[in-house]
Amino acid sequence: MKTFAMGGVHPEENKISTNAVIEEFPLPKTAVILMNQHLGAPATPCVEKGDKVKVGQLIGKAEAFMCANVHSPFSGTVAKIDTCKDAFGLSKPAIYINIEGDEWEETIDRTPDIKRECNLEPKEIVDKLKAMGVVGLGGATFPTHIKYSIAPDKKAEYLIINAVECEPYLTSDHRVMMEHAEEICIGVSILRKALGVPNAYIGIENNKPEPIAVMKAMAAKFEGIIVEPLKVKYPQGAEKQLINAITGRRVPSGKLPIDVGCVVSNVGTSYAVYEAIQKNKPLIENILTVTGKKLATQHNYHVRFGISYKDIIEHSMGSLPETTGKVISGGPMMGKAVSNLDGPTTKGASSVLVIDESEAVRAKESNCIRCGKCMNACPMGLEPYLFSSLVKNRRIEEAGAHNILDCIECGCCFFSCPANKPLLDEIRLGKNLYRGILMAKKK
Amino acid sequence: MKLLNVSGSPHVHSDESTKRIMWRVNLALVPSLIVAVAFFGLNALLISLISVCSCVLFQWLIEKFIMKVPSTVSDGSAVVTGLLLAFNVPATREMIWLVIIAALVAIAIGKMSFGGLGKNPFNPALVGRVFMLISFPVQMTTWPKPGENLFSLVSVPTTDATTGATPLGLIKEQMSQGRSLSDVMADPSLNLPSLGDIFLGHMGGSLGEVSAIAILIGAIYLLCRKIISWHIPVSFIGTAFVFSAILWLCDKTAFVDPVTTILTGGIMLGACFMATDMVTSPMTKTGQLIFGFGCGLLTIIIRNWGNYPEGVSFAILLMNSVTPLLNRWCKPKRFAN
Amino acid sequence: MTEIWSAVLVLSITGAIFAMVLYFVAQKFKVVEDPLIDEVAEVLPGANCGGCGKAGCRAMAEAFVKQGNMDGLSCPAGGAEVAKKVAAILGCTPEEKEPQVAVVRCNGTCANATAKTHYDGLQDCAFANSLYTGESGCVFGCLGLGNCTRACQFDALSMDPETGLPIVNEDKCVACGACVKACPRGIIELRNKGMKNRRVYVACRNKEKGGEAKKSCSAACIGCGKCAKTCPFGAITVENNLAYIDFNVCKLCRKCVAECPTGAIHAVNFPPKVDRPAAPAQPAAQAQEPATAPAENKEA
Repeated sequence: MKTFAMGGVHPEENKISTNAVIEEFPLPKTAVILMNQHLGAPATPCVEKGDKVKVGQLIGKAEAFMCANVHSPFSGTVAKIDTCKDAFGLSKPAIYINIEGDEWEETIDRTPDIKRECNLEPKEIVDKLKAMGVVGLGGATFPTHIKYSIAPDKKAEYLIINAVECEPYLTSDHRVMMEHAEEICIGVSILRKALGVPNAYIGIENNKPEPIAVMKAMAAKFEGIIVEPLKVKYPQGAEKQLINAITGRRVPSGKLPIDVGCVVSNVGTSYAVYEAIQKNKPLIENILTVTGKKLATQHNYHVRFGISYKDIIEHSMGSLPETTGKVISGGPMMGKAVSNLDGPTTKGASSVLVIDESEAVRAKESNCIRCGKCMNACPMGLEPYLFSSLVKNRRIEEAGAHNILDCIECGCCFFSCPANKPLLDEIRLGKNLYRGILMAKKK
Repeated sequence: MKLLNVSGSPHVHSDESTKRIMWRVNLALVPSLIVAVAFFGLNALLISLISVCSCVLFQWLIEKFIMKVPSTVSDGSAVVTGLLLAFNVPATREMIWLVIIAALVAIAIGKMSFGGLGKNPFNPALVGRVFMLISFPVQMTTWPKPGENLFSLVSVPTTDATTGATPLGLIKEQMSQGRSLSDVMADPSLNLPSLGDIFLGHMGGSLGEVSAIAILIGAIYLLCRKIISWHIPVSFIGTAFVFSAILWLCDKTAFVDPVTTILTGGIMLGACFMATDMVTSPMTKTGQLIFGFGCGLLTIIIRNWGNYPEGVSFAILLMNSVTPLLNRWCKPKRFAN
Repeated sequence: MTEIWSAVLVLSITGAIFAMVLYFVAQKFKVVEDPLIDEVAEVLPGANCGGCGKAGCRAMAEAFVKQGNMDGLSCPAGGAEVAKKVAAILGCTPEEKEPQVAVVRCNGTCANATAKTHYDGLQDCAFANSLYTGESGCVFGCLGLGNCTRACQFDALSMDPETGLPIVNEDKCVACGACVKACPRGIIELRNKGMKNRRVYVACRNKEKGGEAKKSCSAACIGCGKCAKTCPFGAITVENNLAYIDFNVCKLCRKCVAECPTGAIHAVNFPPKVDRPAAPAQPAAQAQEPATAPAENKEA
């Protein structure tokens, strides 16, 4: 069975919400739509205070190159346009909406019928993705239209769909494959057409036999879609590792997947692509796993962006369990700890993960015993223990010379460190400082 | 409600810890301890106990009164040092108190003076042993015969009836008197152990180094638990085997045969437990292979051309000193190159 | 006898050979250097704090000698005394410079800026700053992880476990600026020591709107501008909801201290005002002082 070349760990899977069927999340009374829910510059608000908006209406316009449109996920009145603290406490430009009813734009096809035909040209597909504000839903929220606008000197050979879901706990990809296999395959065909590549590979880890079976059966009805079961190993869902697992190619230092002829998109993104292209539905919602070992019920929701974490917690579990240690947006390996529960969800959010304090508190750090576990676990073949001491002594350029920027921040080093050293924290700091040095040198 | 925790990812940790690694190493040393007690009796048990207790005590005292840091004795590393130290001395009555000095040297000079576990460049147990070997050469090379005086503490095992040299020591001594190897090996008065005895450990030697089989059981456990990798033991023992085989084939009258070479002396214990010490051995696989190769080569050189019949401790300590260089030279293969 | 002679001979010969080798190597790789550099380096403090902007004291000495005078170069750690010595070596006049001291412009103590979350990561301000807002939720406030204290080569900074803020020991601080660079949030500023070490400054960096700022810290500057209106010398500017007192203009009248509704303006090293006839504004100022001054007075 295929997998990536080196390193990796196998954290406890904890996919306890696997069987929770996707539910529709009820509408709250108010919502806050952030203007930068994607990688890059924030969108510019194009509505005024007091305006009435409909579901799917454009409210934030992408003006910079690296930007994505933002559409209203709700109908109602614009209460104000101001800044809002996001889930991590940082102020971001935002549009506040008082929700009234649920009135959608007429252009959006809300029927349950599956629309299979797509007659758009590749260029038109990319333009429509841009108009619909589609971004990658794997976590990085990279604007999809930019990814699929291939520079003339580059050539795409592989389209890889990331359905690995190697993060523990998360089940949104699992559920979407179980419930929307056909839509996903149509979405993949559209992306394949946009790129002009013969085959698309859907990588699924072997611990998901049901989705593999469903997707295989569905893919057989489509041309050029190959389902590729992969050996269970974290971080298989990391772009470079997935490319390596499926094609055997390696993305060189500082290069992008397209430099080795690959384009990788998340399976959730391909579902969003289907809805955007075939149903004219902009990206206004995502599938969100609400899970945690101590929670009475596990959920997978269709959640529209802009609902606060607090509302999600209240609806799904009443209140957080007494012994909650951490709330995480995303998976436990790469997700971010939420510090402000009043903050709204965004396009990047894939889960609300409630971790008990018994697991959330880091154990006390002790001396490095040079066991080399971090090095063996590193999927990029780096030396985390070395970065740790170099960064502590602020020998940043040396760390740079040891390829610190290659780090994909998967967290395998800290996960496997018996001395509990905050290796990834130190590496992140080192990367930031080294980038600063490089910037200063350029000037 | 309590405040939410915030930290960078990852938010979960494997159940790996320094403590668990060290206690597993201790567990892996138990078979050798049992064999030692079976062969050398109460002396062995007492030496091990006192060695472990004094290592733990010294570490605690140093951390509490000199370094003034929270104590780390519960991580079990001092127990490992204590056990390995005991395994490296003969089971004589003198050792019962001499081992306390060895423990002090091992812990204070070998480990804590560098900043404690993880900072020491040399294997602390070997530092203790080599210190003893140089300072107390007579006591360190007076070996009780296994299986005798199991329960007597009072016996002073210095009379001929109860002492015997290690096989390697005997051979070296006899050969220095001008006898050829085959002559020595065939001499029934010397009572050299048979290969089977050697494998089981029924021969003169330090506490824990005699029984290859007990050591191998422990090593296999550590391999299964992924605490050690095969690289160092295999390259260490392999190099020693191949090198001594070449010598033996060149001149069978002057050099010990390879099987006896790797089964006697401390090669087994050294290769499986001391050269594989995480702190003082290289981290990359290539580095570990070179490290093991160096240890094997140096051991045979010291045994055949050096003053000591036994060379494992010196070989490992010498290779310990090049570990930082090996870590520098042998980089892991980068994914993105 | 021959043994002794041969030993003496061998040692002498090898000694002579090595001496020659050393001599030739020393000649071959000789670095010609201005002897003045050594002299200047000798009088510099040798702490290699980097406060001058050079890589260390040696590099600074080279810069001094290369330039030949002291224009634009100064050793903040050494102060006027070292400047005089260097000037004597170089044969020029030292630049006159007002003595400065590091000032911590945050009053987000554990009581004022209560923790809303618990930080459980690398104890490094630069990292915590890149990760999130910090425990209080204030994006501008002190993170309390002590990068400044670690950067200080003069042992002049220490973390106060009570407040979670750094304390400057004014006697030891040489205003080298290492802490200013170390703080990822630019909280520490070098300000003129002022007359009798007295200073008035805004102990806040929060640029958020008043309401937002108050949410994370009760002692935050809310940008109300009362201080700027009160100041008779025009030393206070309010920009981005944050007041700033220009220490070159401030005459230490302390009118602003009484005016500030959140107590964000601190006056330090002033004598207690018990014997003065109380003007209406004074009690407020007095109430202000104990909360702020003792922290800095303790060390002084």
